[in-house]
Amino acid sequence: MRKFKETGAKITFMLAACFSIFAVALICVFLFANGIPGMRKIGVLKFLTGTEWKPGNNIYGIFPMILGSIYVTAGALIIGVPTGIMTAIFMSKFASKRIVGFMKQAVALLAGIPSVVYGFFGLVVVVPLVRNMFGGSGTSILSACIILGIMILPTIISISEPALNAVPQSYYEGALALGATHERAVFRVILPAAKSGVIASVVLGVGRAIGEAMAVMMVAGNHARMPKGLLHGARTMTSNIVMEMGYAADLHREALIATAVVLFIFILIINLLFSALKGRSELLYHVEKKRQL
Amino acid sequence: MLILVSVVGYILVMGIPNISPDLFKWRYTTENVSLLPALVNTILITFISLLLAVPLGIFAAVYLVEYARKGNIIVKLVRITAETLSGIPSIIYGLFGMLFFVTTMGFRMSLLSGALTLSIMILPIIMRTTEEALIAVPAEYREGSFGLGAGKLRTVFKVVLPSAIHGILAGIILSIGRIVGETAALIYTAGTVAEIPGSLFDSTRTLSVHMYTLSSEALYIKQAYATAVVLLVIVIGINSLSAYLAKKIGRRTYEKD
Repeated sequence: MRKFKETGAKITFMLAACFSIFAVALICVFLFANGIPGMRKIGVLKFLTGTEWKPGNNIYGIFPMILGSIYVTAGALIIGVPTGIMTAIFMSKFASKRIVGFMKQAVALLAGIPSVVYGFFGLVVVVPLVRNMFGGSGTSILSACIILGIMILPTIISISEPALNAVPQSYYEGALALGATHERAVFRVILPAAKSGVIASVVLGVGRAIGEAMAVMMVAGNHARMPKGLLHGARTMTSNIVMEMGYAADLHREALIATAVVLFIFILIINLLFSALKGRSELLYHVEKKRQL
Repeated sequence: MLILVSVVGYILVMGIPNISPDLFKWRYTTENVSLLPALVNTILITFISLLLAVPLGIFAAVYLVEYARKGNIIVKLVRITAETLSGIPSIIYGLFGMLFFVTTMGFRMSLLSGALTLSIMILPIIMRTTEEALIAVPAEYREGSFGLGAGKLRTVFKVVLPSAIHGILAGIILSIGRIVGETAALIYTAGTVAEIPGSLFDSTRTLSVHMYTLSSEALYIKQAYATAVVLLVIVIGINSLSAYLAKKIGRRTYEKD
């Protein structure tokens, strides 16, 4: 009886663990099964590189959206990455313990703020600001970049900081012994040593930025045209889905699901990159640990 | 730092004067865009998704930590898929939920579809935190329990899980935060009807969705500010609770050393 119960429990636990495999498989199957036929009907190449998106005329090209996503993400990285890494360096190597505790809380909070609230903040603060400073309507790639740059900060900080902390103390001491100042040791020795962790944080930030829908949609203007410049609007893949899914039917609907497939593939690539990088940084860390012992 | 203060500060300053008792009226009308139904819906949807995801996540973590052998192929696969799940953007969850729960399973846009979608979304968070909490439980506890003649199952439920409870709770609270803040995954699964649902199969609207519709209609900016404040307060509360619990574990493991 007891043996039976134990095996039963084991199987239950195992099934629960397998659920995530099942869920991923299900998501893949459903997205691909619903998206690929639509892509075929439109023509894969035409769908991916077409520069016009006119559901009314049955013209579906998502190239403007792909570009929009890439531009917005790149802009967010330009704003978010230096700020995030500098903050991580400050927290890891310069700040006093009390400030670090406080900042950690702040970063956690920043990560917890819902994306609609960011979007709303962008709508009522950043958009008018951009409008007043640079002209135009304000809802633009620039506004989206600023909001996304803020949104990826916590991701970058919370992964870079442990990576910096994991660099063995002996590196730092060695650098000091060679006559380097504190700053020089941090920027020339510790930062390069923590490289793979820091890059991993950036990759994850890219994933977050590319997948963000609500906040971007609220500030980016969403014209389904080729993005013209920083101050003009653009539409990303995510906002394309959110905006039109509500009323889409038939091929239009399939085209939107196909957009999600493209987005999904982007995300999968980013994820793979991330786990590869993370694996490397962990490996490095363990090798160092062993050497220290 | 500055950014955080400015975001939070701005919203609080602009929002607090706009909070009025009218916003908490039971019924939603066009004259009075009450947020109470949305608040109730948020609580309901959180509760249902947790009901589904928490046991699943905890069991999965128990398997990974207590039962599976290291290097087992299932473990590897589970890890990879869990990581993938946590990387999928919420809009894709929303779309999947729409295709699977709403259309294929025939749940329509409903509380249930939304909750099911969300429970898949928070699964990796719960698994991950529970796993970490279980790993932190010292091996002596298990050995002691085995030594007293308890079976594996009993050890897991009476010894290991109770001593990891703080970590598990912190994970659950974290996922509540995620649910409360979620919009994209819910628009097309739970819908946007701003009423308190009569059953599991009625369409609902959570606070974040409520806020999104308010600000996109652009008629109710004041109310949107107020909703933002309510959302922020909830998130801050949840965050500090989770930080408090995490600190508690930290201290305990520290004492053991």
